[in-house]
Amino acid sequence: MTTVANQRVQPVSGTTASRSWRWMRENLFSSPFNTIITLFCIFVIWNILEVILSWAVINASFGASKEACEVAAGACWAYVHAMYRFLLFGTYPAAEHWRPVIAMIMLTSGMLLSMNRRFWSPWLAVAWIVGFIAVYFVLAGGILGLTPVRTSQWGGLTLTLVLAVVGIAFAAPLALLLALGRRSEMPLIKVICIVVIEVFRGVPLISVLFMASVMFPLFLPTGVSIDVLLRAQIGIIIFQAAYLAEVFRGGMQAIPKGQYEAADSLGLNYWQKTFKIILPQALRLVIPPTMSTFISLFKDTSLVVIIGLFDLLAATRAAVNDPAWRQEFIEAYVFIAIIYFCFCFFMSRYSNYLDNDLKKSTSH
Amino acid sequence: MTEQSRLADRESVIQVKKMNKWYGDFHVLTDIDLDVKQGERIVICGPSGSGKSTLIRCLNRLEEHQEGDITVNGIELGDNVKNIEVIRKDVCMVFQHFNLFPHLTVLDNLTLAPMFVLKQPKREAEATAMKFLERVKIAEQANKYPGQLSGGQQQRVAIARSLCMNPKVMLFDEPTSALDPEMIKEVLDVMIELAQEGMTMLCVTHEMGFAKQVADRVIFMDAGQIVEENEPHEFFNNPQNDRTKLFLSQILGH
Ligand SMILES: Nc1ncnc2c1ncn2[C@@H]1O[C@H](COP(=O)(O)OP(=O)(O)OP(=O)(O)O)[C@@H](O)[C@H]1O
Ligand SMILES: [Mg+2]
Repeated sequence: MTTVANQRVQPVSGTTASRSWRWMRENLFSSPFNTIITLFCIFVIWNILEVILSWAVINASFGASKEACEVAAGACWAYVHAMYRFLLFGTYPAAEHWRPVIAMIMLTSGMLLSMNRRFWSPWLAVAWIVGFIAVYFVLAGGILGLTPVRTSQWGGLTLTLVLAVVGIAFAAPLALLLALGRRSEMPLIKVICIVVIEVFRGVPLISVLFMASVMFPLFLPTGVSIDVLLRAQIGIIIFQAAYLAEVFRGGMQAIPKGQYEAADSLGLNYWQKTFKIILPQALRLVIPPTMSTFISLFKDTSLVVIIGLFDLLAATRAAVNDPAWRQEFIEAYVFIAIIYFCFCFFMSRYSNYLDNDLKKSTSH
Repeated sequence: MTEQSRLADRESVIQVKKMNKWYGDFHVLTDIDLDVKQGERIVICGPSGSGKSTLIRCLNRLEEHQEGDITVNGIELGDNVKNIEVIRKDVCMVFQHFNLFPHLTVLDNLTLAPMFVLKQPKREAEATAMKFLERVKIAEQANKYPGQLSGGQQQRVAIARSLCMNPKVMLFDEPTSALDPEMIKEVLDVMIELAQEGMTMLCVTHEMGFAKQVADRVIFMDAGQIVEENEPHEFFNNPQNDRTKLFLSQILGH
């Protein structure tokens, strides 16, 4: 094995500097035309960078005072400093801000742990359910002497994370059931799954959320009401599950007929065949599109603003309208753009890593 | 004739009576009658598209037949799912393209069905798996993935995977035709050994050497019918039907 691996590595010699010089000559300046393109790109990149740098760093004011901001030509980071709690926690009571911090740590660390293949087992699902219940009580309070906080007061990044993580955790298994149902030979189940998938894929998320908040209560008996956050969450879950179901189904269709036949001829039953043979291979094939769906779910949570929920983006919009400050909207939007980007970019890298890692382990 | 007497008092494992099958309007199998005795080695040959694969795939219900009866070990093979499950435990199939599970190691490929279908404990399943891997001379590859093995090695793993189910009958669908010539022998050797140990085998193959060496009976199919069947010496030296003669002259060349 090692000898094979060694042969693949190109013979390299010389210091890092001389190697990178050689790389540049081979890739950037190999011909006159190539050189012109390279120089042009450098020029464009430099101009863009210069504008950004002078705004964000050179002409910016970093102090915490509002007055320094008034005179600075560039960014006013004091604004973000003054507003960050609002962006992270929304209208959550200020004295209790440690609770959303704990909730966010629980959610992100849960995600990080779940990314490790060593922890992949049915117990992980149990751990998540327990974790979600704990996160709920940390945020909602009402037990162990914690002050109750209504869900309408949850907000900012906390709310975005709750919606996204709970959304992913429930959309994925639901999508699996929908995909299996759509491939099932039982006509009733098949029809139900097709209808759910096509209806939810056929309408924009905004209208799903709107229906969840306005129309859904009409179906409930009078006196019964379901929390608007829960309704939005259910809307997001079903909407994304419909998309994901088609991704999963595509993966299952790509598995050769021979795999089904081999499983059948060994006497495996439907569930054994599905869970031991087909899904492990099918899901592996669709890691990149699955991750894309999760990333769009993460960003789409910002649409809950239309039914009055106060997520990261909504909090930013409110902060921007604060009359105490000159209208510092760019800084706030840059700040949350960086937050969104960090999460989404991380998911995208993880998808790449997982894809390669699984490929590496089964073939050569 | 000694072959005939060896099997004369054996019980039938598979009985097929007047079986017919259609794909839509296309009549693939016509009035198939077949009786397979315990320990019998049958080679099925015939031109491409004559229905050989379809016939053996009906025997473990990978394909449904529409008319006639198939009984395996006295159990009727029909729509009854329980019956199908019971029969599949006893009838294993080796495919032309191996169909190993690429996401599992060789060892896991072999232990999966024994653990989940036969409910064997993991240790026992692994011990059996290693025993059969040794028999197909590939034990050192137990922890590799199928994608890391050659075609011949993969096919031997596939045979070992079937053996782990301790089947009463093994079906082979052109097990060597996807292999390079130098790998055919290693797979045939394993199959010959199995045959000599008394495994009941139905084998679709164009390896006439194999047929001559181990078969108790050679069946020739054409256009969905069993045209001729005989013990190998008679079959090759004294074919009765014109279609058989034509086929043999083509396949044996010259
Ligand atoms: N799923 C199917 N639908 C329709 N026709 C089919 C199907 N599978 C096979 N056939 C047809 O049935 C006939 C018999 O096919 P089968 O695969 O049993 O032939 P075979 O004898 O195994 O041929 P080969 O030596 O090429 O493997 C062929 O004419 C084939 O085209
Ligand atoms: Mg065939």
